[in-house]
This record gives sequence, structure tokens and C-alpha cells, in this order.
Amino acid sequence: MKPALNAATRVLSSLGATVINATARAGFGARFFMALIRQSPASFMRPQLILKEIYQAGVLSLIIVLMSGLFIGMVLALQGYETLVRFGATESMGVLVALSLVRELGPVVAALLFASRAGSAITAEIGLMKTTEQLSAMEVMAVDPIARVVSPRFWGGVISLPLLSALFSTMGIYGGYLVGVRLIGIDGGAFWGQMQAAVDWQHDVMNGVVKSVVFAFAVSLIAVFEGYDAQPTAEGVSAATTRTVVTSALAILALDFVLTVFMFRGGLN
Amino acid sequence: MNRKAIDLWVGIFVAIGLGALLFLALKVGNLLTTNEERSGYQVEARFDNIGNLKPRAAVKSAGVVVGRVESIRLDGQTFEAVARLQIFSQYKFSRDTIAAVFTSGLLGEQFVGLEAGGDSVMLKDEDRIKKTQSAVQIEKLISQFMFSKAQDSPAAAASATPSAPAASPASPAATSTPTAAPAPGVKP
Repeated sequence: MKPALNAATRVLSSLGATVINATARAGFGARFFMALIRQSPASFMRPQLILKEIYQAGVLSLIIVLMSGLFIGMVLALQGYETLVRFGATESMGVLVALSLVRELGPVVAALLFASRAGSAITAEIGLMKTTEQLSAMEVMAVDPIARVVSPRFWGGVISLPLLSALFSTMGIYGGYLVGVRLIGIDGGAFWGQMQAAVDWQHDVMNGVVKSVVFAFAVSLIAVFEGYDAQPTAEGVSAATTRTVVTSALAILALDFVLTVFMFRGGLN
Repeated sequence: MNRKAIDLWVGIFVAIGLGALLFLALKVGNLLTTNEERSGYQVEARFDNIGNLKPRAAVKSAGVVVGRVESIRLDGQTFEAVARLQIFSQYKFSRDTIAAVFTSGLLGEQFVGLEAGGDSVMLKDEDRIKKTQSAVQIEKLISQFMFSKAQDSPAAAASATPSAPAASPASPAATSTPTAAPAPGVKP
């Protein structure tokens, strides 16, 4: 009787501890976000810090984003051709490539790449600063680490990702053009003309931009928070880096679903 | 890396990023035509059946896109589908224009075709197109065909075979004079 009771108590208490820890973490996250917003004007007063982070997060991610965009566009064109040729609708390939990239793949894949390329780096950097007590040293020097370290990285990410998404979509469309028109030999006029007829500036392009801005806030916040909240040990930093990539990926895909439901409800307007 | 080089790289990055956005807007999204779209006027057309017409579908006249379907709703009193059409401002149509729902190709998208009439009075904003023709429903055509086949002589049935949706696949949205048999809804 007694051991069974003990086991039940253990399960209950561990469940309770999990819930309490998760709630406390969420509360700390909210407090952290408020502090971040409060300190943001201070970091905008020193744009040099943000520029450096745009360089770290944006410029250094350029190669991977541009190359991925190009290849994804080329694959889309090849795969799209396989299906469209059955219906004799290969002229619609421009529409297919442009809409898939502008609406979905551009914002989502660029955000996923950004989370793994730049988000993990931000988390590791802040986590290591915390481990080596650089953040505490700043506090001792009366420098707020959120204003000096966290906020520039956050805003650098928020500014970089929408630009990277636009570049990703552009490269993808160019890749689709290379494969569709140059390699397969679809008529170039139909490729661009049908694309322009079907893609709407506001409904498609702007909604894609809105998506990438939302993803930029989510990924940047997750990255700086996980770094700031990391256990100050070697394992803690590595676990935080892993959590950044996993949580960001889940957040991007879940947010994408929610945003897509609001933006494109399949003609149920 | 020194500060100057970082500034330069960030500048290049922001410039090509904004350039990509501009490319998406102008070359892909065709921003310039949407402006004239917004400056157009709206008319209303009532159909017995709109088939698969969707909001934002094209409105064409003689195969040229002259507007977009703004919204579609059902009139609760008459049980007709009410489609609001946004017509670009540079196109004027006479008051007795006929609006019909066509399909581009056999499986293609549906669009509203406008056929200009002869009236000298032009449609204005918030006007209503009175002469409309519903979408062709393949199921109805097939059942009509079956009935006429059963009743009439084989020769009459063959000539009555409407196959109207198949009439346009080669030239989607050509002048497309409605080849469908009795043209429901058009009151001459």
C-alpha cells in the first residue's frame, strides 16, 4: 500500500513541478520581453550596435539563404512541370513558382534557415556571455545587459529576416525561371505574364511580408530569451541552443498555419 | 572586421533586400495595374447560378481583363447570386451589357465575360447589369442530353448536344458567343 502511494505522490509532485516550472518560465519570458521593449529605445540611440548585429545575423546568412532559394525555385519548377505537363498547363508554371514562394516557402524556409543559422548563434553567444559572467560584470558596471547585449541582437534579427525572405523569394523565382524557361523551354512571356496576372501585390506579396515580419519577431525573441535564460554551464548553453532551433521551428510552422488561416481562407471570403 | 566594412556590407544587404521587395512588387505582383484597379468603378450582376466563380476572379471582355470580381453573396429574397464587379476606370460599358460566367478551358478558372451592348448610356458606379447568363453546369447539360436523347430522334439529339464548356478550351475567353442552347437568364 505504502510504496504505491509513494509512487503516486511522486508522479503527482513531478507533474506539479513541471507545470510550475513552465508557468514560471513563461512569466519570466513575459517580464524579459517587457524589459526588452523598454530598453529598445536606448539601443536605437546607438545604431552602431544594431548595424553590427544586422551584419552578424543578416549579411552572414546571405549565402545560405540565396543558395537555398535558388535551389528550391529550381526544384519547384522541375516538380511543377512534371504535374502541369499532364494537364497541358505548363504556362502556369510561373504562377505556381511565384505563389508558392511568395506566400509560403519564402517566409517559412527563410525563417527556418535563419533560426538555425543566426538564431542558434545568438543563443550560444548570449548563453556563453552569461556562463562566463560577462552579463553580471556589465550589471556591476551599471550597464544594462538587456540594453547593451540583448536588444541589439533582437532588433538586428527583426530587421534582417524580412529582407532575407524577400531575397529568398526573388532567388527562387529566378531559379524557377532558369529551369522552366531556359532549361525546359517554356515560353518566357507566358511565364512572366501569367505570374503577373495571378499574383496580387497586396493579397500575396504583402501577406508574405507580414508573415516574415511575424516570424522575425518570434525567432529573434526565442533566440535571445533562450540565451538569456540558459543554465550557466556548458551543457546548459548547448541545451539552450538546441531548444532555440526546435522551438523556433515549431513556432514558425504553427504561426504559419494561423496566419494562413487568416490570410487565405480558400475563397471563403 | 572594422566598422566601415560592416557598415558597407549592411548597406549593401539592406539595399538588395529592398530591391528584392521592389522586384516582387513590380515584376511579380504587378503593383502598377492594381492601382488602376482601385480607381475603377463597381457594378452589380445577378446570376441564377455562378458555378465555381470565386472572388478576385477576372472580368474579361473580348478576352481582355477589364476588372475583378470584388465579392459574391446570395440575395436572401430572390435566391440569386449577387456578384460585385470592379471594372477598371478606363473601360466603359453600355448599360445593356451582358454578363456571363465562362470557364477558361475545360478545367480552368471561371471568369465573368462582358459582352458590350449598343446602348449609348454607359454603366456608372453602383449600377446593375440586368442581362446575365449563368454558369454552365455540366451535370445539367448531361441530364438534358440524356433526356433529349431518350425523347427525340437521334439526329435531333446530336445537334442539341450542347458541350458548351468544351467550346472555349482552345480560345479561352475569346468573344465566346454563348453557344449553350437556350441561354437561361438572357432576356432579349
